[in-house]
Amino acid sequence: MSATMTSSSAPSSRSGYRAPVADQDWRNVGKWGGLCTLALVLVSLIGMPVGLDRRILIHPVLSLGYLSLLWIPLVLGFVVSRHVELEGVESPEPGGRDLLAGALTGLLGGFGMAVFIVALDTFNLRDPLVNWSPQLLELLNYGRGLGFGVVAWIAACSVLGLLGSSIHVIPAGVRRVVSYGAFGLLGIAVLEGAIADLSEGFGLQSLTDSIYANRGGVTVVWSIVLVVIIGVVSMLTRGRFKAAKANYGELQGPERKRASMILFLLVALLTIILPLFLGTIMNELLANVGLFLLLALGLNIVVGLAGILDLGYVAFFAVGGYTTAVLTSPDSPFFAPEMHFAITLVIVVVFAGLVGLIIGAPVIRMRGDYLAIVTLGFGEIIRLLFMSDWLKPYFGGAQGITNVPGVDLGFVTIKGTDPRSVFYLVLVFCALAIYISWRLQASRLGRAWMAIREDEKVAEAMGINTVNAKLLAFVVGAVLASFSGAILVAKVGSVFPNSFMILVSIIILVVVIVGGMGNIAGVLVGSFVLIGVLGGPRQPGLLHEFQSFKLLIYGALLVFMMLQRPEGLVPSARRSQELHQEEFLQDVWLKGEEHEGEEHEEELHAAEASGAEGHEGSGA
Amino acid sequence: MSHLMEIRDLKITFGGLDALSGLNFHVDEGEIVSVIGPNGAGKTTFFNAITGLVDPTEGDILFDGESILGLDPHQVTGLGIARTFQNVRLFPNMTVLENIMVAQHCRTSQLVLGALLQTSAFKKEEREIEERAKEVLAFFGSRLVGYRYDQPAFVLSYANRRRLEVARAMATQPRLMLLDEPVAGMNPMETAELTALIGRLRSEWGFTIVMIEHDMRVVRDVSDRVVVLDHGVPIAQGSYDEVSTNPDVVEAYLGRPAEDQA
Repeated sequence: MSATMTSSSAPSSRSGYRAPVADQDWRNVGKWGGLCTLALVLVSLIGMPVGLDRRILIHPVLSLGYLSLLWIPLVLGFVVSRHVELEGVESPEPGGRDLLAGALTGLLGGFGMAVFIVALDTFNLRDPLVNWSPQLLELLNYGRGLGFGVVAWIAACSVLGLLGSSIHVIPAGVRRVVSYGAFGLLGIAVLEGAIADLSEGFGLQSLTDSIYANRGGVTVVWSIVLVVIIGVVSMLTRGRFKAAKANYGELQGPERKRASMILFLLVALLTIILPLFLGTIMNELLANVGLFLLLALGLNIVVGLAGILDLGYVAFFAVGGYTTAVLTSPDSPFFAPEMHFAITLVIVVVFAGLVGLIIGAPVIRMRGDYLAIVTLGFGEIIRLLFMSDWLKPYFGGAQGITNVPGVDLGFVTIKGTDPRSVFYLVLVFCALAIYISWRLQASRLGRAWMAIREDEKVAEAMGINTVNAKLLAFVVGAVLASFSGAILVAKVGSVFPNSFMILVSIIILVVVIVGGMGNIAGVLVGSFVLIGVLGGPRQPGLLHEFQSFKLLIYGALLVFMMLQRPEGLVPSARRSQELHQEEFLQDVWLKGEEHEGEEHEEELHAAEASGAEGHEGSGA
Repeated sequence: MSHLMEIRDLKITFGGLDALSGLNFHVDEGEIVSVIGPNGAGKTTFFNAITGLVDPTEGDILFDGESILGLDPHQVTGLGIARTFQNVRLFPNMTVLENIMVAQHCRTSQLVLGALLQTSAFKKEEREIEERAKEVLAFFGSRLVGYRYDQPAFVLSYANRRRLEVARAMATQPRLMLLDEPVAGMNPMETAELTALIGRLRSEWGFTIVMIEHDMRVVRDVSDRVVVLDHGVPIAQGSYDEVSTNPDVVEAYLGRPAEDQA
């Protein structure tokens, strides 16, 4: 309780004065208000509101379509009233001024939207703008006529802007409960498919039937109940997780080892048992996540550890897939009916490794941008080779190879019609890939890769054969990707060159970057968030309505992450330090006072020197 | 008696510019030789040529009686020549300990399989790498040990980075160590300390050292022999006292006296 008191009273004790309400930074408000308008109109014209309207989140109030617009004034209201707090500079207490700023930003956005609606009603620009449609107008009017729409947008945006800015003003305790409630509800609404599927597996169908309306979406009554439940739970568990984490962090030696072991076993058990309770669609989704996780783990070794920006990574995915198909499909001239899957896999690995060497050998001597471009080219070349008429007798050209029977393990046959079995197969390989990444990271080779990533020339001068080390990284990455390709083909039962477009490479790279480059946990989270929720290049995710906007969201997410959190969702400690060097060094500097004077001086030197180096690094 | 390293008529041309023109040089086992000269005299190019970063246009470089011309930098390091860089070039995002561990790459051999299967040979090698790294770092007193092990190299102070670079070169287990301005940018106290350390590098670790240095006190205190380069040509050679009074050297550093020019 005392914690609540201190944290909620902290803002008021921080500074003594309140800024006058009218003392606005008008330029700032204008800027964000304009941005709000732009964003609202852009999202409308992209077609998100209409396209996503069918997915209902809270029945019958809120659909994903409306949410695609309504979050904008809320977030911008939050952003416009945010203060940069500087150590030693007195900043005004958040208050009426910030609320007004938020509301004004929303109001500007609302006005913009109102003008847009009127324009939508008056002109017909459907020719260049595909989504300039009566449906959009109807949706934006809430189906109640132009006047209502105009008033409603102005009012709604202002209120949302106000709400967004009020996040700064309300006490921290309240803020916490409200945000947990809101995000929790959103999560439950978004994950409807998964939750329904899971509860069905556990025989709790009646509960989900009452929570979710028939047409989808949480019912209003249940929304309120859920928010209250989540709020209460968040209040009760307040600080517990942090305490548990701190406890875990303090554990030493064998105790720590045991705790990690238990944690690991729990997670492993959960991943093994959970799919048994999941239906076909969810298992399919998990299998897809696993396939991309496998790819991302491989790319993580190539890009995250060795620093080789490989944009043609999909090539190895394709090689794995085609090798499997050629060996196991009766339609192919190399069909070997008696071959065990294990032997097939060995051949796949050998081939992928060979292709890795063949592509790697000329490419690996290049650096930076050149390497990226050349790998991009090789990725396409491999796909075109598979598609070519020249190799059509072997690879089937554009029609690909069909009739791949799936993996026969003797006691069970793994194929796409039984996604659960595919998931387990993928799980085994993901576990293997995680093990490989983990062990290699902390080995002589892993250190050599990191050194090459840091400074290739110096690594060479320190006795590392950089060409060999980089080739090895390439080959290890290629092998992991080929596993994924082999499983994909066994799962789908066919293989086509068009499954291996450049886009796949890019998406895997985005998974690695958004998740957290160079970090296994980051790659895991990245695959679940991007592939699981948004969906892969062809595989639908939980929000399969986003299918047509997926690339847009991927792009927006990438830009956002690069600006706000370049180290990724779950960064490796190393990388986040690197990217936030200045803050880190400030901490070091402050801590330095605890050490003796000479140390203190050193840290100061360090701060200066690395500051300069950081700039250099970002320029390069 | 054959020299540890011998350089014969070394000539390096960068597009018409002679960085080095006809350099003859040798260093014997256990010597500390300083290479001095004004900026642009070709000192760093000389180091780059030895370590394989630059290919000589003419001439030959013999290490332990064998030509090392045309070898890759990592092969040269493998033969036992280590170097530091003039502008400190550590692996900034690797920890202090990792910086040293990675430098033992050419003295170790485990690859993928050992790491994956955690063979006893792999574990033994890892343990040895770590022990040797700690041993090397202990050479610098308490500055690079303890909590420093796990700090990324970029948080180190400038002087500590210089020390870490020397440590990294030591970890490659060389016979010949090339130090490129080891004390540049250090304050007098740090300079004195590192000067003493350079002496100990020879007496305790048995390294032969060739050092580029601008700080004449350091040169005087540690070197057995001084070579002066100017415009890619050695203009003087000998003990510090001989060289420092040599009129050609004084001219190269300070310019020709006014009356001579007239």
